[in-house]
Amino acid sequence: MEAFIYDAVRSPRGRGKADGALHEITPIDLASQILRSVPERTGIDTADIDDVILGCVTPVAEQGADIARVAVLNSDYAETVPGVQINRFCASGLEAVNMAAAKVASGEANFAVGGGVESMSRIPMASDGGAWATDPAVAYKTYFAPQGIGADLIATKFGFSRADCDAYAVESQKRAKKAWDEGRFARSILPIRDVMGEVVLDHDEHMRPEADMQSLGALKPSFKAMGEEMPGFDAVALMKYPEVEKIDHVHHAGNSSGIVDGSAAVLIGNKAMGEKYGLKPRARIRAMGSIGSEPMIMLTGPESVATKLLERSGMSTSDIDLWELNEAFASVVLRYMQAMGLDHSQINVNGGAIAMGHPLGATGAMVLGTALDELERSGKGTALINLCVGAGMGTGTIIERI
Amino acid sequence: MSNTIRFDVDSDGIAALTIDVPGQSMNVIGAEFLSDLETAIDRLSSDDSIKGAVIASGKDSGFMAGMDLKAMETMLLPPKGLALDMATLFERVFELNRILRKLETCGKPVACAIEGICVGGGFELALACHHRVVGDNPKTQLGLPEILVGLFPGGGGSQRFSRITGAQTALMYMLQGKLFKPAEGAALKLIDTVVPTGTALDAAKSWVKDNPTASTQPWDVKGFKVPGGGSAMNPGFAMTFMGATPMMQKQAQRNMNAPIALLSAVYEGLQLPMDRAIKIESKYFAKVLSKPQARNMVRTLFVNKQAAERGARRPADIPPSPTAKLAMLGAGMMGAGIATVSAQAGMEVLLLDRDMASAEKGKAHVEAQLQKRVSRGKMAPDKMAEILARVTPVTEVEDLKGCDFVIEAVFEDPGIKADITKRVEAVLGPDIIFGSNTSTLPITGLAKAWSKPENFIGIHFFSPVEKMPLVEIILGEKTGPQAIAKALDFVRQIRKTPIVVNDSRGFYTSRCFATYVSEGTQMVAEGIKPALIENVGKQLGMPVGPLAVSDEVSIELGHKVMTATRAALGDAYTATAADEVIEKMVVDLGRFGRKNGKGYYDYPAEGPKHLWPGLAEHFPRAAVQPSPAQVRERLLYRQLIECARCFEEGVLMEPEDGDLGAIFGWGFAPWTGGPFSHIDTVGLSKVVETLDKLTQSHGDRFSPTQQLRDMAASGSTFYGTAKQAAA
Repeated sequence: MEAFIYDAVRSPRGRGKADGALHEITPIDLASQILRSVPERTGIDTADIDDVILGCVTPVAEQGADIARVAVLNSDYAETVPGVQINRFCASGLEAVNMAAAKVASGEANFAVGGGVESMSRIPMASDGGAWATDPAVAYKTYFAPQGIGADLIATKFGFSRADCDAYAVESQKRAKKAWDEGRFARSILPIRDVMGEVVLDHDEHMRPEADMQSLGALKPSFKAMGEEMPGFDAVALMKYPEVEKIDHVHHAGNSSGIVDGSAAVLIGNKAMGEKYGLKPRARIRAMGSIGSEPMIMLTGPESVATKLLERSGMSTSDIDLWELNEAFASVVLRYMQAMGLDHSQINVNGGAIAMGHPLGATGAMVLGTALDELERSGKGTALINLCVGAGMGTGTIIERI
Repeated sequence: MSNTIRFDVDSDGIAALTIDVPGQSMNVIGAEFLSDLETAIDRLSSDDSIKGAVIASGKDSGFMAGMDLKAMETMLLPPKGLALDMATLFERVFELNRILRKLETCGKPVACAIEGICVGGGFELALACHHRVVGDNPKTQLGLPEILVGLFPGGGGSQRFSRITGAQTALMYMLQGKLFKPAEGAALKLIDTVVPTGTALDAAKSWVKDNPTASTQPWDVKGFKVPGGGSAMNPGFAMTFMGATPMMQKQAQRNMNAPIALLSAVYEGLQLPMDRAIKIESKYFAKVLSKPQARNMVRTLFVNKQAAERGARRPADIPPSPTAKLAMLGAGMMGAGIATVSAQAGMEVLLLDRDMASAEKGKAHVEAQLQKRVSRGKMAPDKMAEILARVTPVTEVEDLKGCDFVIEAVFEDPGIKADITKRVEAVLGPDIIFGSNTSTLPITGLAKAWSKPENFIGIHFFSPVEKMPLVEIILGEKTGPQAIAKALDFVRQIRKTPIVVNDSRGFYTSRCFATYVSEGTQMVAEGIKPALIENVGKQLGMPVGPLAVSDEVSIELGHKVMTATRAALGDAYTATAADEVIEKMVVDLGRFGRKNGKGYYDYPAEGPKHLWPGLAEHFPRAAVQPSPAQVRERLLYRQLIECARCFEEGVLMEPEDGDLGAIFGWGFAPWTGGPFSHIDTVGLSKVVETLDKLTQSHGDRFSPTQQLRDMAASGSTFYGTAKQAAA
């Protein structure tokens, strides 16, 4: 059975700090506003939704205890709708969409919602702990180093300088600004409202369109101290990659994804549901999947998952009209372009997380929506959406506009 | 009947447990002690007339060292070196933990009165007491140094230390095996009271008297919280371990079993109640002990090192012959360094050079070295003056009259050396022992300048003398037992570790060490990425990469040695691709090494050194790079085979010398316990097989010796059958 995308909606992304517009919005409220908009936008009866899958990377405290099911209840969905929270780190939002699609494709669900939520300003990244980084036996076995070290290692190993990364970041900001100015995200953005119902945010708040090479050049590298001094993660990285003499710490706040708050949802359904509600499917899922890759460098998974999806679907790179890779770090995208033979004009055409931010659990669903909007705007046919993932994974989806 | 612990109860009902292990200069923990300790604890807890106890040492040498490491092998391993099954190993290992746990839960207050050294298992015993009192003596050292010999604190130390100081501090000390003084111990709260030296026992007794109910450890009190957090739910605790694992790897690379086991034991143990925590500790300890690495490291770094320092290689029938007045010929870097350590050891030193300015310069070096210690607070200024006064710069050999030992460290030229040797003999006579600190010239040849060659010996120091722990004693063909005894007594005086080898070009250490450098250079010739060579060298456990070493000792010097060797050997010399690299670096490119700021590395005025990018141009990169494992295998086996050759040729007489010399002389991977321990551990057959494979792909320099083949065929090992056969 084919799985179709009927709708995609996302919140604007608020700066993930105490002064960010969404900081006062609880994550459950953020997710609920997004979920509530789905039946409002499509006119469907939520009783036809067979599951709601939400990505959330730090599922503790007010994001804990299966935020998906609680958000379903809080959104006045039919109580028959279950909810499940999943975590595939940075790709959780896309993984949720893929799972929703899989449920539809297998016949388990008529409609399923895949999406995600992350209030990074309220629940700090990594506050859920985990054995990977802290249990000595595990950290040792996996050569654990934070992903910024992996990103800097990618830049060093594959030959991207600080200037290359900064130039990429400047372009991301320009593209995001242009996309907003031209209203390219208009169809997907749901303004977020406060307790009184007033709009608190209707645009991506993290953007710095004025960023240029000079202003980025002034920023200090983010991972140099932890890499070279205390506790010295570079040494661990070189144990895994001894062909590298020394890691060049090129990444900083300006060429890495921004820390933000946000939520997103994608409605997937079968053909019959579209007919029932008179909804036109916007795209079909052509292929989807995840892979594991070398965990120390951590962020080289996208090329592997892209290759796998292309093979599975009998497509080649030339069959993809539009490429979308989450801008976790500039080097990740630069390496992906190098590995897949892509030109910058083919990928992340409306900017990405460097400009607009990366609300961990939600981003995957957001970038899928962004790609869908762009296919419709540009009249193109296919898009490959992809994210690099912590602990060495990659998750991707190929969609085809209808 | 207790042999190791005296049990006396005083009129207050306080028992004094006095530890005095017979036949040992220092108290150590062995099977008998453990059994005696348990008997004492049982009496303590069952006898109502006893109110509490104080544990002290009956020896002046100090409180207690750790486990009896010499006996550990027999205690933990069944005969014939068969491995124990893990359950049995755990049972034996847990014994110390079980008894110390019994001590701290015996229901009576127990205080520990520490006078003098208290380390390892001794300190673990102290930590299991309810109160620790230390007599304040500047020589007293406390702490848990097990990591330095390939072990970790396995008698509850990892658990109690971290429960007292918090994980972060505990790991900082235990991962480095860092010892500390009483005041520092008090600041860490590991020590409760520091009292004047000699009064610890009384102070401990009065504490017990005043605290009749203080018989519960803090960690056994409900609601106990580990400082800094004791649960993975605590972000501080998580952060500590997130940082500790990379720091440990940076320090120890990834070759050692004990450091990571220690981290896990603390991480997992702190989250458990004490009774289960000590079991986790023992399980990790058993795992570490079950691997040959622990045995190899303990054997070389502790047992054989101590044996060598105590004169294992000294002819027993020669009476002690300590040096009172040293004639130091040559006041250069080496001569001045030897003068420094000798004067520090209490000897008079006559520092001779060809003119007063040079001799004075040598003394100035001594002064500068001592001054460093004074400024670091490690030496009192008056002590420095006293030592310095023992060094007299002289220019005439006649001034050397009255010296009872000679060490020569003049320019490495046989002619110059022969000349000064003869002139010294004319003044001191041929019965004095003459030692030459040559690093390359065969001793037998140099000995010809001394009319009694039996009194001539090689005594090879490493630079910088003040820091390097090893002295290589080289026997010329005719060197006699008097000379060996004199040289070894001297090494003992300056508190260094000696090895004894036979004469050969480059002796043992320089010859084998050179293979590490030359294999790295060979790889440059093959177009292997220099970063890969350097990083893998360090990951192997060598102190620095082979190219960095080459820069340090200077490529130019390498070029000189190569030219001289080529001239000396003539047709017998085998040219290598490494020679061409050296030739090109020195002759064509003028890159001499660190000394001219240009070698395999560049040395910018600001910032750290980095590999010279020009290497890629002059030594084009191979399209296919070897794996790190292949590079590692070559760097390791090139050294192993040269060591084995030294053994076959009789340069080495004992594998112990080979292992000690490798680790302390050129920093050979300490995790192996030395090249011979490593060959034994890998297995002779496997080593021969690997060498055959490497010979095929890389040439005859890897070719296994006949002796290795024979040993492989007969199933013998260096420390097993070969050693017994040689004895």
